[in-house]
Amino acid sequence: MERFADYYLNAEILLRYGPEIVAGLWVTIGVAVATVAIGLGLGLAMPVALIARVPVLRWVIACWIEVFRTLPQLAVIIFVYFGLPYAGITMSPFWATAGALGAVLSAFAAEIFRSAIQALPPGQWDAAAALGLRFRATFFLVILPQAIRLAVPLLTNRTIAIIKGTALGTAVSLPEILGRAQSAMAIAANPSPLTLAAVLYLILFLPLVVASRWLEASRVVPR
Amino acid sequence: MPEWLDLLLENFADPDSAARAWPLLRQGVGLTLKLTAVALPLGLLLGLLIGMAYALGGRVTRALLIIYIDLFRAFPVLVLLILVYVGLPFLGLTLPAFAAAVLALVLNNSGYFGEIFRAGLLSIPHGQREAAAALGLSPFRTMRLIILPQALRGIAAPLASNALELVKSTSIASLAALPELLRSARVAQEQTYNPTPLMLAALMYFVLLWPFARLVARLERRMLARGSR
Repeated sequence: MERFADYYLNAEILLRYGPEIVAGLWVTIGVAVATVAIGLGLGLAMPVALIARVPVLRWVIACWIEVFRTLPQLAVIIFVYFGLPYAGITMSPFWATAGALGAVLSAFAAEIFRSAIQALPPGQWDAAAALGLRFRATFFLVILPQAIRLAVPLLTNRTIAIIKGTALGTAVSLPEILGRAQSAMAIAANPSPLTLAAVLYLILFLPLVVASRWLEASRVVPR
Repeated sequence: MPEWLDLLLENFADPDSAARAWPLLRQGVGLTLKLTAVALPLGLLLGLLIGMAYALGGRVTRALLIIYIDLFRAFPVLVLLILVYVGLPFLGLTLPAFAAAVLALVLNNSGYFGEIFRAGLLSIPHGQREAAAALGLSPFRTMRLIILPQALRGIAAPLASNALELVKSTSIASLAALPELLRSARVAQEQTYNPTPLMLAALMYFVLLWPFARLVARLERRMLARGSR
């Protein structure tokens, strides 16, 4: 037990490396916020853009959704960071991670919004037409708000799952919690920094997981 | 051909580099499939056991299971992998990279699958159980013959979606130096000084996973349509 504490809860090492690792928390939060902004922004913009009925745009959006929903997050991050520079696009680890995760989230979000729009009963369109609303007014005032509400449970789960991917940024030397903990662990030859990282991730994500459970329970529809 | 397109093709679709990377990538895809073949059934099974234990358990069991589920859903899978692969050896417990990756994937996904099965089993009305008890069925047989088959129909979409996520997350094993598809592509890229292997790996992932992604999308759409009415 003493050996366990010495290895995993070494106070001296935690004090020495703790502040550095906790500082990584802000990088993790920053990437997560950027990911959500990019992902949900693009994800909502895509189904809205689809109503413009421009064939090229439709094709591009369809490809975007299929590609980023299918590829592993880490593969996208690696491609953006190590591949895109050959195409003249160089990004910092922060933006490579946030951009890649944002692209993945946008694909899922777009698909969820699109499905939610299609899932609404057609009577909603008919009723709005009967009230004399034009297509645009119907879409933005009647359909979209209901679709967003329908999409929320699927969307929250997906968003949480994807922002947990910020830890993947270590692969492109993003100085977030896990990356910092790993280098501290290598220098100190002691895994206590990893314990601290694990605790920080729990502090960050456990409330989100519990909140999503609560959100789901509060909107269970009896079948 | 415009110069920029020429340059792009040379960098991302170089046949020479592709030919040299191919054996590595093929072996990498094999390892990705092997990881999936071991981790997916184990994750599903553990998730099912958790869901059933919740459905049949008392208050304390239920509370403990919820804690287990949420704990493993909150940890990023990569953090679990690093804990298992790099942290455990300090206790004298060194796992080979493959076993470490499987353990991390299974623990993480047992939380996700556990929650799906739990919610699914719970959604079956209690009257079903009472009726089965009245017919003299044991709790276990009731679960196997009455509750589970009905629950499975309701949770097909999240199960398929999570299975797909599991396959995708095998790519994190690359960070434990396991030469699966993504790692192989990185190695090949460094050998050929050209990102064509990365492009090729992305293409292989896409060809492999896209049919399943379509299936998941279809199942999810059906689920949403049910929820809106």
